[in-house]
Amino acid sequence: MSRITNFGRFWYDFVIGDDWTIALGVVASIALTSLLAHHFHLAWLVVPVAITALLALSLGRAQRAAWTVEADETFDP
Amino acid sequence: MHTVLLVLATFAASAVEMVEALTIVLAVGVTRGWRDVATGVSAAVVCLVAVVAALGPALTHLPINTLRLVIGGLLLVFGLQWLRKAILRAGGLKALHDEDAIYQRELAELRAAGGGRGPLDWYGFTVAFKGVFLEGLEVAFIVVTFGAAQGHLGVAALGAAAALVVVLAVGFAVHRPLSRVPENTLKFGVGVMLTSFGMFWTAEGAGVTWPGSDAFIVVLIAFVLTISFGFVTALRREMPLLVSGQAA
Repeated sequence: MSRITNFGRFWYDFVIGDDWTIALGVVASIALTSLLAHHFHLAWLVVPVAITALLALSLGRAQRAAWTVEADETFDP
Repeated sequence: MHTVLLVLATFAASAVEMVEALTIVLAVGVTRGWRDVATGVSAAVVCLVAVVAALGPALTHLPINTLRLVIGGLLLVFGLQWLRKAILRAGGLKALHDEDAIYQRELAELRAAGGGRGPLDWYGFTVAFKGVFLEGLEVAFIVVTFGAAQGHLGVAALGAAAALVVVLAVGFAVHRPLSRVPENTLKFGVGVMLTSFGMFWTAEGAGVTWPGSDAFIVVLIAFVLTISFGFVTALRREMPLLVSGQAA
């Protein structure tokens, strides 16, 4: 069982990594691009805009997490 | 004259695709080590030779857009992971070299335990394999389509072979200077490259036509660099606030 778990964890870490929302966001932006590609000539903008938003959200979460950890470490009741 | 033009056209078109593959191989090789990247490149070349030998002119019927979509999507996810970590490191929110230290420690432990050459770095292997296989397929498409259209497949292959020699020479010339660039800067660069190429292929695979075709990769690289530096600057600006907030 642990071998299967390790195998699954390896592939999860390999493909998804630290922040699963990035992988999900990429899939969603690809799907939206596919839908718009044949009807909207500016469909190429979807992926660049999406990756900017995904990075901003992910980095914001990492920053808030760093704040929380730092605050916990300095808290002295 | 037609023959010269055919060689030149195949040379130029193939060189563009080969430079794309070379960029990825150099970036990953310098940061992850050459052994597994070389294994990935060799595996991709073997698969390419097998596919080209098996399909021949029928190669043009392969679903290249589906391949671009899948490979580009994976590169984009990988690239964004690298870029996110590199931005966090450059912004001061993540320790420098932490992953490398862990990787080196694990490698030393495995070697001490009698692991011989150590484990295969699947990341380096896979990214190099995908880059070379996809670009190699595109070169094969160029040779088959240009060559078949003019009725001179051998001449078109000659143009592609000349491009390979020139691009390989450039690769050998620049790989040593690249290895002297600080590691974290290189990892930042790899994140930018993988994200840019990932965006390009993914959107192409989804049916998008980029303005200016392949030349738009340069614009995408500039775009990803700009937003990345913007994020680093914003994170660094917040750091003093974080420190002063704790002091208060």
